[in-house]
Amino acid sequence: MSEHVIAKRIYVGIFAGLIALTALTTAVAYVDLGAFNTVAALVIAVCKGTLVALFFMHLKYQPGLTRATVLAGLLWLAILLVITLSDDFTRQWSPTGQSWQQSTVQRTGP
Amino acid sequence: MAEGHAGTALVAHQFDDAEQQREASSLGMWIFLATEILFFGGLFCGYTLYRNLYNAGFDAGSHLLKVKYGASYTAMLLCSSLTMALGVRAAQLRQRKALMLYLVLTLLLGAAFVFIKLRYEWYGDYLERLVPGIDFGPQGEALEVIQRFHAPLSHVALFMIFYFVMTGVHALHMTVGVGLLLTLLILAWRGRFTGGNYNPVEMVGLYWHFVDIVWIFLFPLLYLIGGRY
Repeated sequence: MSEHVIAKRIYVGIFAGLIALTALTTAVAYVDLGAFNTVAALVIAVCKGTLVALFFMHLKYQPGLTRATVLAGLLWLAILLVITLSDDFTRQWSPTGQSWQQSTVQRTGP
Repeated sequence: MAEGHAGTALVAHQFDDAEQQREASSLGMWIFLATEILFFGGLFCGYTLYRNLYNAGFDAGSHLLKVKYGASYTAMLLCSSLTMALGVRAAQLRQRKALMLYLVLTLLLGAAFVFIKLRYEWYGDYLERLVPGIDFGPQGEALEVIQRFHAPLSHVALFMIFYFVMTGVHALHMTVGVGLLLTLLILAWRGRFTGGNYNPVEMVGLYWHFVDIVWIFLFPLLYLIGGRY
């Protein structure tokens, strides 16, 4: 049997780490880091999510096929985000898109 | 073929052994969760797009939410994930009473989450007139926040729509999870999972932790943006 019973103290340790990261992400929101506030929030969220997936969801002990499934889900999420956002972020680069440029000015406001 | 505690076969006839059965369940559940990643991913993608377009509106909207709610939800969900993980562990070790205790704790935390969200947070938002489509007309303090950010009302309304849809869909998942836990609890009481086949407990656990991960991303993106310093 490859079933893996994880020690209670590991679960509790992971939980303590997650609570600490929650406190950290809340505290960081009150410190002025400029654009890095969002980056910090996302990095901490990814760390927390990874901890939950690896230990609470036992991903660390799953066969490769299961891990590949998770990676496939994340890959498609990346495709969704990258293609959508790269379209939007590069629209004002268009040399002929006068109306787009105007709408960009309206978007960002005075 | 081995017989379980409640007289049901431990290993269904299409599987060679218990390990293959467990891996099949686990793979199926993870495939479902991969579709869920993309389900929530669409919402996160829309959020990112519009936050980039209407930065001030989203920052102002975030300031209309209360961090104390967001942070306590996170703590509650993390606690419930711990109790769920310990519940799966109890099922692995065939400890029926411990399993039932952890299922009850998880269920209570999940139900408390949904109750507090609906009864206090959302009802409070409604009283402050912050619900687009039903009653959107921020006044007093909320209006001052919006003016401080020079945010157009329609942009703040869009943030609130994202907030209600994203947390609403999440709360719906929580409600489904509470229903699943209730079912597990009844079956656990009958000794169904402590006879050797605890797959359903593990699968509901995966679902529960996934919903927790979604909240881990919702919390900073909705409650903590817009420079709170």
